[in-house]
Amino acid sequence: MNHTISVLVENEFGVLSRVAGLFSGRGFNIASLSVAPTLDPSVSRMTIVTSGDEQILEQINKQLNKLIDTIKVIDFTGQDYVERELVLIKVNAEEETRAEVLRIADIFRAKVVDVTPRSYTLEITGAPTKIDALIELLRPMGIKELVRSGPVVLGRGSKGWKGSE
Amino acid sequence: MKKTGSQILLECLHLEGVDTVFGYPGGTVINIYNDLVDSPIRHILNRHEQAAVHAADGYARATGKVGVAIATSGPGATNTITGIATAYMDSIPMVIITGQVPTPLIGNDAFQEADIIGITRPVTKHNYLVKDVKDLARILKQAFYIARTGRPGPVLVDLPKDVQMASTRFVYPDTVDLRGYKPSFSGNVRQVENGVKMILASKKPVIYVGGGATLSDASPELLAFAEAIQAPVTTTLMGMASFPKRHPLSLEMLGMHGTYYANMAVTESDLLIAVGARFDDRVTGKISTFAPHAKIIHIDIDPTSIKKNVRVDLPIVGELRDVLQTMVKKLVEHDDEVRELVERTAPWRAEIAGWKKKYPMSYKQTGAVIKPQFVIEKIRELTNDDAIITTEVGQHQMWTAQFFDFSQPRTFLTSGGLGTMGFGLPAALGAQVAFPDRQVIDISGDGSFQMNSQELATLVQYRLPVKIAILNNNFLGMVRQWQELFFDRRYSQTCMELPIDFVKLAEAYGATGLRATTPEEVEGVIRQALETPGPVIMEFKVAREENVMPMVPAGAGLNEMVLAS
Repeated sequence: MNHTISVLVENEFGVLSRVAGLFSGRGFNIASLSVAPTLDPSVSRMTIVTSGDEQILEQINKQLNKLIDTIKVIDFTGQDYVERELVLIKVNAEEETRAEVLRIADIFRAKVVDVTPRSYTLEITGAPTKIDALIELLRPMGIKELVRSGPVVLGRGSKGWKGSE
Repeated sequence: MKKTGSQILLECLHLEGVDTVFGYPGGTVINIYNDLVDSPIRHILNRHEQAAVHAADGYARATGKVGVAIATSGPGATNTITGIATAYMDSIPMVIITGQVPTPLIGNDAFQEADIIGITRPVTKHNYLVKDVKDLARILKQAFYIARTGRPGPVLVDLPKDVQMASTRFVYPDTVDLRGYKPSFSGNVRQVENGVKMILASKKPVIYVGGGATLSDASPELLAFAEAIQAPVTTTLMGMASFPKRHPLSLEMLGMHGTYYANMAVTESDLLIAVGARFDDRVTGKISTFAPHAKIIHIDIDPTSIKKNVRVDLPIVGELRDVLQTMVKKLVEHDDEVRELVERTAPWRAEIAGWKKKYPMSYKQTGAVIKPQFVIEKIRELTNDDAIITTEVGQHQMWTAQFFDFSQPRTFLTSGGLGTMGFGLPAALGAQVAFPDRQVIDISGDGSFQMNSQELATLVQYRLPVKIAILNNNFLGMVRQWQELFFDRRYSQTCMELPIDFVKLAEAYGATGLRATTPEEVEGVIRQALETPGPVIMEFKVAREENVMPMVPAGAGLNEMVLAS
């Protein structure tokens, strides 16, 4: 089962490889990882999707906390959160399938961001399961290329972590 | 007033109380070495960067202070890795300074460039590449703070040559503020209270002590705690010497080559109180049969150590000295219950006394061949109580742990976690630098000794009177033992066939060499070595196929130990 963890870290060079090295050095798997600065430019937020049993997850949390550059670890296991992923899909759009691609895009509220006589490039954000469903529907049309951002996550509710405290 | 990066470095070391550094010069640290001439800091020139780091490590283990080593970039820096990894595994506070090629050349495969930050990331507590001289003082302040607080460990600071040469106004920060690093010192009060309740309800408690007790200088608190509840105490290799081995409550070492009574006590216990220990596989044996009837209290400053290998019923995160002090105070509040506990656990101590009597740690010195255990006992007899003993890694290390009666903390320096051959000699060197007047003895095997024997030159140059006892069996003994027991005596590549004349080797370096080939000669050689000024090699030609016993075979339970081969 996948687990999502947010890690707030110092926005300094080498921190990403410290975190990635922590996972690889212990044989923990990273399913996806996205990183960018927060409202406070000195802090970056990583969203890591990983898997493992309870004991492995506990170790991952503790080991992440142990890094000097780690400011806060938020484990979303068992919590209510909003999850979104961005994907860009370049799909075949020959004469006979163009309408079908647009119809599917419309159902999923995907945006067409690039058009050529033989392709559409679609942009969609949503929960990873929704994106999986879209990909499955477009697969028969012929997907030329695809890029996923990996999920980003925020906890639900009014409380938030803004930056330096 | 402005100072250069290299001047700032040396000034910071001085302000951190560093009086001695170990190292080896090179092109990218030449500025630091130039400024060393005008600095009050003493520099010990080792003969290999690995040894410089082990020496700084030995200095740190013996004193409790932060050890410091300097190496140049590229090969100098990569040579430090084994030393750094050794310190990391045993949580030794150290700061390692490496030179780096000038910042514009970093990443260009410049001469003697290595990505030492990348290479040392998995074996340091933290590391820094200093890109701007303005950050240097702050980084060094942080490096020392990180190295010595929380669970201690090595911190590497990589210093490019142009940063060493650049100048800035020098201001040393008074405090450290790292928003992500706030080690907890006191244990949670409620958890400590729960721990006391569990102790007061126990019938067969055992205290299991690791290297953390030494690191936090918690020996007096540990003694007070154990005596208060009259619980038997077993230590790991790293925890040894933090609890007096001849104390009536001592079970000595547990684990693969531990005593029968320690392993049986842990197996039969109903409460295991782990104190600064990390449940290493050499200690637990087969996890599923480790302390099967016991509830486990785990006191450690590092939360990642808790529940890593075994289930834990009560974790207490905090500094050992502090937690044990609080625990003893709480116990005093429950005076009557403590008395009941001590009465209730009397049969438990009697049972252990029975095991001790029936299965003592023993060997027999018979015949004309020297038994290695005999040499170790004789060294013990003839040395002071506060002598510092270092070891390399292998059979001699285990015999030292088994047969040397350590009674004072920081008198046994050995590579526990990483098991680094070649550690003992440079570590002894570092300890002797710290304590020039104390007896410092490296107990070694012939294989391990040859891994850093070049440090004889350093000993002679600085007139460091380290005594080296080589238990020479012309074998890589521990591997040979495994080959004998588990590989049908197929001694693949473990026989050191070339007979080395260690006496002549000592003389070649300007040291003294002595040799014993019969049991009768052992005592005389040790006495003579201790009386001889300067470094001495004592070579003991010992029984070639002696085994370390008892032994828990890898993958077996602690109660399945083999008592004799």
